[in-house]
Amino acid sequence: MTRTLITNAILIDPEAGTETPGSLLIDEGRIAAILPEGAPHGAAPAQVIDAGGKHLAPGIVDIGVKVCEPGERHKESYRSAGLAAAAGGVTTMATRPDTAPAIDSPEVLEFARRRANEASPVNVLPMAALTKGREGREMTEIGFLMDAGAIAFTDCDHVVQSTKVFARALTYARALGALVIAHPQEPGLSVGAAATSGKFASLYGLPAVSPMAERMGLDRDIALLEMTGARYHADQITTARALPALERAKRNGLDITAGTSIHHLTLNELDVAGYRTFFKVKPPLRSEEDRQAVVAAVRDGLIDIISSMHTPQDEESKRLPFEEAASGAVALETLLPAALRLYHSGDLDLPTLFRALSLNPAKRLGLDAGRMAVGAPADLVLFDANKPFVLDRSTLRSKSKNTPFDGARMQGRVLATYVAGIAVYEAE
Amino acid sequence: MSFDHTHLLGIEPLAAHDITTILDLADQYADRGRSAAKHGDALAGLTQINMFFESSTRTQASFELAGKRLGADVMSMAMQASSIKKGETLIDTAMTLNAMHPDLLVVRHPHSGAVDLLAEKVNCAVLNAGDGRHEHPTQALLDALTIRRAKGRLHRLNIAICGDIAHSRVARSNIILLGKMENRIRLIGPPTLMPAGIAEFGVEVYDDMKKGLEGVDVVMMLRLQRERMDGGFIPSEREYYHRYGLDAEKLAHAAPDAIVMHPGPMNRGVEIDGELADDLRRSVIQQQVEMGVAVRMAAMDLLARNLRARQTSKAVMA
Repeated sequence: MTRTLITNAILIDPEAGTETPGSLLIDEGRIAAILPEGAPHGAAPAQVIDAGGKHLAPGIVDIGVKVCEPGERHKESYRSAGLAAAAGGVTTMATRPDTAPAIDSPEVLEFARRRANEASPVNVLPMAALTKGREGREMTEIGFLMDAGAIAFTDCDHVVQSTKVFARALTYARALGALVIAHPQEPGLSVGAAATSGKFASLYGLPAVSPMAERMGLDRDIALLEMTGARYHADQITTARALPALERAKRNGLDITAGTSIHHLTLNELDVAGYRTFFKVKPPLRSEEDRQAVVAAVRDGLIDIISSMHTPQDEESKRLPFEEAASGAVALETLLPAALRLYHSGDLDLPTLFRALSLNPAKRLGLDAGRMAVGAPADLVLFDANKPFVLDRSTLRSKSKNTPFDGARMQGRVLATYVAGIAVYEAE
Repeated sequence: MSFDHTHLLGIEPLAAHDITTILDLADQYADRGRSAAKHGDALAGLTQINMFFESSTRTQASFELAGKRLGADVMSMAMQASSIKKGETLIDTAMTLNAMHPDLLVVRHPHSGAVDLLAEKVNCAVLNAGDGRHEHPTQALLDALTIRRAKGRLHRLNIAICGDIAHSRVARSNIILLGKMENRIRLIGPPTLMPAGIAEFGVEVYDDMKKGLEGVDVVMMLRLQRERMDGGFIPSEREYYHRYGLDAEKLAHAAPDAIVMHPGPMNRGVEIDGELADDLRRSVIQQQVEMGVAVRMAAMDLLARNLRARQTSKAVMA
């Protein structure tokens, strides 16, 4: 294995919360040394990369990426998702089981892993469904699925409605130490909703859900955690009203973490104006007050993880009346530039951003990635935090181009992405 | 007179002077409609297609009559019966239509925003005949003309809109239109039938009908859209009628010369007392139907003028 030295970089360490000029030595796919600028680095490395004074950070660990294999490979394959991830600085994707069919048996998981290994240039860790067919009736073979490599268990946006089924699945998962990822939402309130209730949805005549539905879903799940003691992650917390419950649950020592999506951090319900279906996501975009509260929660560490919630949809499923259009947006390639909006606006500094993008998700999945430390895997992203560009969706590597950022001005581009010390993406 | 619009998708994009322009022209058509010489040639040579993805008798008939009185070739298509069942998307339908070269397209659709989507994809003038719970602009315009003719003005009136506001596109378009014309709007109904965030619309909200009707000049009743409901918005029809059905007793709280309106079709004994609906001293429900044809003639006439102007300028450019 070759030794590579990246010099003249600003190293972002999310654990220490620092940004330091320096060099980084990669050996055997791991970070071998972190050196102050100009310090000696032992034997001559085979390759020296001049970072040009740009930022080098631990690669993004993205929990909740939808790759449409098996079932809908025309929307996204492991190849196209992997290339998009590499171009977006994402070095590990924890992929969702909401495929067709769902990844709910060791056999289907085996297929997904094999496809991922063949086709994706970045790490892929498949998640499995918590219940068979994501139908909320019978739990999956959690033990066998873990043996087959399932990194976590989730029914994605299907809420397990039966508290009895969910409680048993949590109890069983706890015994195996499995991480359960849930979508906190009261399904009775959110059924049929395409927007968040309020003035905007009323004006546009869209069926809407109260933001309270998220808090009710989270409250229920927290009660079940108290009952079962399971390891739990809420996929997306997007409203101010859910935050006090989350804070209390953490203070009470429950094994709970929470994520949010990049879209809920950077867009609000008004962006839907004109019935733009590329802005239809699940849960729906929220008010500006909610957005700001969620940004503050990421800054304070109450919300642990930022995800892309990458959800490819083809044109046919989006070019429909808003209510009928499919939910979701692609985001692997826009995750970092969009997140950098929060840096440029002064809301989050870079170490805080990478704590939520890389360190915390890696820790939650039990990986030793996500760190700027000697011995950690050399999964890295080199980026220019300031480079401006206008996003053209036709340039995205995803097979589906359903991004809400088409034509948007963005600031910050990935220059190179390394997985185990190997460049999987280099900007032209 | 200026009316600078390609489509009539809602009241929201219209300015107060646009509304006045439509109403002034509709006034003339209303008078002509009462004469023996009802026909004009404003739409002669043009093709009007009515596409109703949701069933309608009155609105469709009104648009058909309006087009025919102005000389258009009118065709009506009941879409819920045909292509939707075959899996054709709205965009496919638009492409098919483009090939038929219509000039005016009248669309009703069960989903909010669907008419906007269609308008982006076709080359002709599109009129929204109701989309989901979003807008129903010609209904608001005919209501406005009816009020203006009955009250002599369309500003500084106290207007109550009563009933199922949440599911009503008629209510939305009326709130926007009457607001733009500077009237005071009160919404009356049970809180379960009020949309979220309604207080931010610049209206007063009442759940007590008698208080809400106090001194108003116009009472607009809405149809209780039972077919739209998931169930459980109101306890029962009879309790609804008791608390929110318009009868002589409740109407006594309004101004003595207050008029009563209803977009139809009425549920007699659910939201309105049958006798009151037929009382020609108070009810202007029949005039509303009459004004509907006039307003639709005016709207299509104005859009057709813009359409012809665009085609002429394109021809000159070529």
